[in-house]
Amino acid sequence: MKNLSLALGLLLWLALPARAQDAFTAALPGLAGGFGDIAASVEQLGALGDPRGLPVLRALQAGQLQKTADGRLLLPGNTDAATGQPADGAGAEAVRLNNRVRQALRGALGRLQLVSPDAAERGAAAEAIFRSRSAEDVPILQAAIAREPDAGVKARMVLALAAAQLVAPNEEAKRDAIARLGAAGTVEARALLIEARAANPSLVTAIDVSIASIERSLSIRRAAETLFQGLSLGSVLLLAALGLAVTFGVMGVINMAHGEFVMLGAYATFVVQEACRGIPWLAPWSLPLSVPAAFLVAAAAGAVLERGLIRHLYGRPLETLLMTFGVGMILQQGVRTIFGAQNREVTSPAWMQGTLMLPGGIAVTQNRLWIIVFGIAVLLLVIAAIRFTRFGLEMRAVVQNRRIAATMGIRTGRVDALTFAFGSGIAGMAGVALSQIDNVSPNLGTGYIIDSFMVVVFGGVGSLAGTLVGALTLGVVNKVLEPYAGAVLAKVFVLVAIMLFIQRRPRGLFALKGRAAES
Amino acid sequence: MTEPVLYLDGVSVVFDGFRALNNLSLIVDAGELRAIIGPNGAGKTTMMDVITGKTRPTAGVVRFREHDLTKLDEASIATLGIGRKFQKPTMFDALTVFENLELALKAPRGPFSCLRWVLSGEARRRIEQVMEEVGLAARAHDRAAILSHGQRQWLEIGMLLMQDPELLLVDEPVAGMTDQETEHTAALLVRIAGRRSVVVVEHDLEFVRALGSKVTVLCEGSMLSEGSIDHVQNDPRVIEVYLGR
Amino acid sequence: MTLRLVLVGAVLVLAMLPALNRLPADSALHVSDFIVSVTGKWITYAILALAIDLAWGYAGILSLGHGAFFALGGYAIGMHLMRLIGPRGVYGHPVLPDFMVFLGYQELPWYWLGFDHFPFAILMAVVVPGLLAGVVGYLAFRSRITGVYLSIITQALTYALMLAFFRNDMGFGGNNGFTDFKELLGMPLNTPTARSALFYASLLLLLGALWLCSWVARSKLGRVLVAIRDAESRVRFLGYDVTQHKLFVFVLSAMIAGLAGALYVPQVGIINPGEFSPGNSIEAVIWVAVGGRGTLVGALLGAFSVNALKTWLTTVAPDLWLFALGGLFVAVTLFLPRGLIGLFSKAQK
Repeated sequence: MKNLSLALGLLLWLALPARAQDAFTAALPGLAGGFGDIAASVEQLGALGDPRGLPVLRALQAGQLQKTADGRLLLPGNTDAATGQPADGAGAEAVRLNNRVRQALRGALGRLQLVSPDAAERGAAAEAIFRSRSAEDVPILQAAIAREPDAGVKARMVLALAAAQLVAPNEEAKRDAIARLGAAGTVEARALLIEARAANPSLVTAIDVSIASIERSLSIRRAAETLFQGLSLGSVLLLAALGLAVTFGVMGVINMAHGEFVMLGAYATFVVQEACRGIPWLAPWSLPLSVPAAFLVAAAAGAVLERGLIRHLYGRPLETLLMTFGVGMILQQGVRTIFGAQNREVTSPAWMQGTLMLPGGIAVTQNRLWIIVFGIAVLLLVIAAIRFTRFGLEMRAVVQNRRIAATMGIRTGRVDALTFAFGSGIAGMAGVALSQIDNVSPNLGTGYIIDSFMVVVFGGVGSLAGTLVGALTLGVVNKVLEPYAGAVLAKVFVLVAIMLFIQRRPRGLFALKGRAAES
Repeated sequence: MTEPVLYLDGVSVVFDGFRALNNLSLIVDAGELRAIIGPNGAGKTTMMDVITGKTRPTAGVVRFREHDLTKLDEASIATLGIGRKFQKPTMFDALTVFENLELALKAPRGPFSCLRWVLSGEARRRIEQVMEEVGLAARAHDRAAILSHGQRQWLEIGMLLMQDPELLLVDEPVAGMTDQETEHTAALLVRIAGRRSVVVVEHDLEFVRALGSKVTVLCEGSMLSEGSIDHVQNDPRVIEVYLGR
Repeated sequence: MTLRLVLVGAVLVLAMLPALNRLPADSALHVSDFIVSVTGKWITYAILALAIDLAWGYAGILSLGHGAFFALGGYAIGMHLMRLIGPRGVYGHPVLPDFMVFLGYQELPWYWLGFDHFPFAILMAVVVPGLLAGVVGYLAFRSRITGVYLSIITQALTYALMLAFFRNDMGFGGNNGFTDFKELLGMPLNTPTARSALFYASLLLLLGALWLCSWVARSKLGRVLVAIRDAESRVRFLGYDVTQHKLFVFVLSAMIAGLAGALYVPQVGIINPGEFSPGNSIEAVIWVAVGGRGTLVGALLGAFSVNALKTWLTTVAPDLWLFALGGLFVAVTLFLPRGLIGLFSKAQK
């Protein structure tokens, strides 16, 4: 039965070009008649599926189809609708519409768009039929599917066909449709099946199997998307916390202006973008260019802060906390004075925009994906800098035993300044990433500073692995909780959970043990 | 045989795979003065930390009379009657000598009791008496921050006395003292012992000899030798690891 | 001694302000309404500063969340003030405050019960901050979270509360908080009588708090707290249960802050979640630092002088205020570790 209808459709299709020629021109003159004739003619044109019908019906809908006294029909620009040749439009008047015609037009246009030359339009038409579906759409969909070149559009048409078949009287086709809808695994397909379940008592078992399969694939997809969002938030936290892991974790300097260094990085991105705007070949690459720029700006600010102020307060953490908070206020107000209080926009380059569809229908936004990649890259960079460079070696030496390092000829003051500048520079790079997903405003950093400290404390002060695990855990937990508790309560819950966690492990997840931890 | 005051058996402490104490056993009797010596890293300070509750042992028994010290925190252990003097003298620099001793004085320790605390004549006399004993009477109202190093050591010993503990743990009391001060301190500790048990950790062998007490030698977290100063000084194992370098 | 004279003088001057306000406007000694209400507000800030100083200056607990205790006290009295509006709201509902009608509440949430009684509201303004401080302090002090870690935890606490209070479904008016208060204890607010009454109540509370704090500071407990601040573990080895002492002072401090908040709200006529913002708490800490921590008079001096500067600067050059405040943070920590009081006592020597 199925094969038969397919074969019939195919035959119909093969026969179409020749017959449509006649049928199309034959259907046209009705448009010049009374409202009843127009409606009949519109329906006819819709059922024909001839692409030439599309401009005619569009013009009719827009009130721009004209008829001459001798019954010819003219498209806008005075083209003859039947022949496509230029024609004399003198004395022509617009074809008028009534509600019945309008209604007929909507259905007919929907079907005709299936043969539009624009793939996006064909997809939209399939989508519309999927939603409105009626048994009459079955043959025209089958015809459209047969000649559809675009795989994505074709898949949507197949779904629309399944939806239409579900309301058609053919039992066999219905079973087929149910199976296909089940495999599609979308929310809409599930809604269709649930609706069909009441109307088709004989097919309940098949429908239930399909619904269950949809639920399964939906929950897998939801879990995957939540995981991705969590990792994406986690990598944002990682970027913001990595700098702290160096300045607070390694050096033990508590810098409340850290968030403002992130903010400076975001503004540096904005400035680089504006500077590149005038140079067309450079403009798409302003974002990669701003990574070193943001690093340098924030690192310079960090070096000045450390040499100018913080080093006078070593060994007095509470005073350092208050002092750097004040510095943060000054930086915020300074930026507000220079750039204004309103948000600045940093646009994403074209290669970062859009959504990537992973297998299984998992939607992934490109810029979030890039942030994850960037976060990992920065982490590797930090590890490499600490492990494999001369600077990293000197830094570790100074942290472990300042006096011995000094006696071995390491200029500890210079190492302090460089380490602090390094941590601050990482904050600047975090600002580049944040400019892509958050408003670039003077108080950009305040939203992240507490979370970043939580990541460092939770992960274990002084441990980069802890920072990584801490950031990703907090990101994922936040996103997992959000659907149940809402974004704000999820955040509150996470804060409380960290406080309770610190009860069990006061030194965090990856704690240093032994004598080193005692001091 | 009398019940020992302090009883350590098979005590081990492991930090990240490093054995700070290794199956250490030690018995201190009532009224005994005991000196503990050993090279750097022998576990002397870790042993003090274990007894006073700062560090939890990985394994072993630590008892003070009938109390299991591994289950108590620093404050409860101190109120049981174990006082500790630190290697680096620690006191409260912002407070005067008198106030430091007053805080150490044996009295109810809760916040409400402290709020209602009134210094009685008897308590004042007791503080003055201890100040005499450690030679700080003239400096009663000076802030601890301005005392000399030796005076700080004595103030800390004075604070120990105020606590009226049954067991005193004294970590390197004569480090940085002049010879005269050292002699004075040795005499003070000998006087204190007898009424209570005293455990002294010290590097200075002359000082240990002046104490005239039984000596325990620690090495790499366990006991190497025990006996009189002459006995341990002639023990070949001690000579090898400690004295004969 | 001179300090005490100055203090008594300052209190007397403050006490005369509402009376001078009643003088005819053309009198040379007349004091404007603005001065009275702004000074009344500063007095509540000074009480908050005292509370912070007791915890920070004496026990070394730098809480960056005291603004939360202040705000909770404010919300408690705010709930009472909202209940007193009764049917006079815009929607004219006999029981529910306007925002509840607007949000479609059917009845008063259970935690609003009792707030129609003034003594209950005042009790809650003390008990709720005290309880919160008790729970947080117990968890933190027990696991020996000290120094900057404690500061960050308390900052996270007030941040979390701010986020929570911004939510409409918390039942505390969300974004807008409470406002449009009508009366308190039968006195219509925003009249000279109410202003003076609240002013004197604040002044009395300030004196009471000062007396209480100096009693604590001068007792042996005060010396234990100083000892904890300087060498916490040494205090443990003396046999003191440090957790109990810190908890005592932290809870007491939170309760004082809560009462200050309860007097603040009727004077300014509004309370909203912005009071929980971490910036507020840390600004209050800087009052104490500017005045001189560890001396109660220093906390008062700091609260009045910084707020006077703020009021002046925000009228003449609003953009400069944040620079000035930031600069104060830097200058005080680097150059004036003992605050303004330190300058005076140095000059005396």
